[in-house]
Amino acid sequence: MSAASVLPDIWFVLIGVLFTGYSILDGFDLGVGFLFPFLAKDENEKRQLFRSIGPVWDGNEVWLLAGGGALFAAFPQAYATVFSGFYLALMLVLFSLILRAVSIEFQAHAGTGRRFWETVFVASSALPSFLFGVALGNVIQGVPLDSRMEYAGNFFTLLRPLPMVFGLLGLAAFALQGSTWAALKTTGALQDKARRAALMSAGLFGALFLLSFASVWVGLPSALKKAPAWTFAGLVLLALIALFLAVSKKKDKRAWIYSSTALLGLWGIVGAIHYPNLVRASDPARSLTVFNSASSPLTLKVMLIIALAGMPLVIGYTVFAYRVFKGKVRLDDQGY
Amino acid sequence: MGSGKWNDMDAVFLARLQFGLTAGFHYLFPPTTLGLSLVIFVLESFYLLKKKDIFKETSSFLIKLLGVVFVMGAATGIVLEFAFGNNWSTYSRLVGDVFGAPLAAEAVLAFFLESVFLGILLFGRRRVAPRTYWLSSFLVFFASHLSGVWIVIANSWMQTPAGFRLEAGRAVLTDFGAAAWNPSFAARFIHVILGGWITGSLVVAAIAAFWLLRGKSGDKARLLLKTSLLVFIASSLLQLGSGHAHSVQVTRTQPEKMAAFEALWQSQDGAPFTVFGIPDAAKEKIYLAVRIPKLLSLLVHFDPNGRVAGLNEFPKDERPPVFIPFAGYHLMILFGLLFILLAVPGAVILIKKKASPPRWYLKCLMGAVPLPFLANELGWIAAEVGRQPWAVYKILRTAEAASPVVPAGNILFSLIAFTAIYALIATAGLSIILRMAKRGPEAAAQAHGSGGK
Repeated sequence: MSAASVLPDIWFVLIGVLFTGYSILDGFDLGVGFLFPFLAKDENEKRQLFRSIGPVWDGNEVWLLAGGGALFAAFPQAYATVFSGFYLALMLVLFSLILRAVSIEFQAHAGTGRRFWETVFVASSALPSFLFGVALGNVIQGVPLDSRMEYAGNFFTLLRPLPMVFGLLGLAAFALQGSTWAALKTTGALQDKARRAALMSAGLFGALFLLSFASVWVGLPSALKKAPAWTFAGLVLLALIALFLAVSKKKDKRAWIYSSTALLGLWGIVGAIHYPNLVRASDPARSLTVFNSASSPLTLKVMLIIALAGMPLVIGYTVFAYRVFKGKVRLDDQGY
Repeated sequence: MGSGKWNDMDAVFLARLQFGLTAGFHYLFPPTTLGLSLVIFVLESFYLLKKKDIFKETSSFLIKLLGVVFVMGAATGIVLEFAFGNNWSTYSRLVGDVFGAPLAAEAVLAFFLESVFLGILLFGRRRVAPRTYWLSSFLVFFASHLSGVWIVIANSWMQTPAGFRLEAGRAVLTDFGAAAWNPSFAARFIHVILGGWITGSLVVAAIAAFWLLRGKSGDKARLLLKTSLLVFIASSLLQLGSGHAHSVQVTRTQPEKMAAFEALWQSQDGAPFTVFGIPDAAKEKIYLAVRIPKLLSLLVHFDPNGRVAGLNEFPKDERPPVFIPFAGYHLMILFGLLFILLAVPGAVILIKKKASPPRWYLKCLMGAVPLPFLANELGWIAAEVGRQPWAVYKILRTAEAASPVVPAGNILFSLIAFTAIYALIATAGLSIILRMAKRGPEAAAQAHGSGGK
């Protein structure tokens, strides 16, 4: 086959990479966000947590924008179906992302309003963390689509058991990502609390992971016939075991890396069981796939050139920025 | 969802209202970012060369201000990237092959860069070498403008689509370069950037004027006033030329839009420029018109007897509304001229190197702050309403671009929620910015870590 025919496959993988990057990076600052009331008890601890995400959360969120933009450009049919079909759920995500972004900045500057913006920060971190998993669970389990590729369900169609389990798994994964990050960046009592939170999140993650795997087995038995899904499932379990060991040995950096590896494993499973679907339809003949939803080969090629030129640079300077802010947070820097 | 005709029309109306509201609110912030990042880059460059603390301290103040403005722009910008799928899914299906790429490119090539290096500007002064910090200020400046390139490409393609062919109603990319460098891109981009420089520099000048009027932060205020006035004067003057070039381009590429801007129904040789008037599209006439003979022809064709097309040359169902584009376009020009008027005393002050500018001028600078924001909004309203009835000029009608499955009630709900959220964050953001301005650069330097205490 010609080179053009593999372009949609390449974009399926690249969009997966962008969403994986998003969940690893923004995952930790979302996790820090909704664990905030459990971890920080006094003003100093609150400052440490905000400072641990302050210089980087904004860049982390761009991975979502890049993923959404890439979905639009590479698979406009899937973008159109999901974004209009999951309307109310995505509106809740948008409201959260707006309020969350300003809350991080405003709590640093607001005098009397600080408590208010902290509360906004916590709620607006929890809601999208849950809803991302719900949305993903729906496109994997399959949703009713009509003959025009349009979504034919409603808001409550989205709240079926399997997507809800995925939503909870997303929350647990981000809690793990956030607590291991907090342990890595903070000191003292806060760090101890973060490590305990990491162990609890890892336990929840493991339980919910087995539950989701079982739900997929029951709901989509054909999906698990793909060998890579089992390989990635093994990776997730190994990463979780390694993480337990790392946390108990107080190896915080390794713990965060294992947590990130578990997230990578989750996305690997998603890719393996979902390909070639982008949005599975209840009637399989109507599913949106890399074959029937992709942009023209020229668009995919131009986008690939942009991605190959841009993403190595992005990764390069992102690594640079993380190195600038490496180590424990210092409250004497400028910023919040 | 099987809704009747009325419901469909309501849904399209609400979706348009929502896009107008969310895009209009968002556009309060990016122009300010463009101008602020330029002034910050200039100050950081002086700091790198001259090593005087005053440059660092004034720049640090503006960086904190940029932090607030940027985050509000970023937060409200995500809504627009989602909106094409949320409310305009037919649009996304039919033109996504061309239109999606610039949005994705903006994130990959510009927005990552801007966000990551803004993090270094906000938090990294003590953690990186001076040269690296200076480079970060350049990259934030560069990336915010590169962001503008991609977004203006996307919008300009809707105005003057190029580089594609239609296949069963779908736009398919044939030439990326032609789609990006479409006929209205260059003129619109320069116009947008200069509008941003005018906005950001006037905000800085007004803050400096405020400090001078209060008799505080004297040296820093004078430095900021001088730097921002230089940018303001240059960009106000350049904007006159850029606005002219953009108008000439509109006449060439979207003649019915220029006819609406000028409320011109009959095609004419030697068309007049209408300085003032109240157009009535139903009666195809304009009340209380004050006209300058032949000026429009002279402006758009460099020929006082040149022919300008009137709206009557176009089918009625392909004409834009007239009142809003006319009013938006003329008020924008009025504000543009006011900026030049405001720049003249500033130039005199700079040339004469006056130590203390007159108080009336400082008050004028403060009072003028809302005007560039209004001019930006009015310009976009004129441009976008003037593109109607098309979402993509002559390719896709706005009325046929909406999401077929989103009920009007859902759009109404989200519209109300957006309005409430934007009112909340506008109030909070404005009060934070005013408080920062009141406290001045000294407080900003001490406030690190304790959030203003």
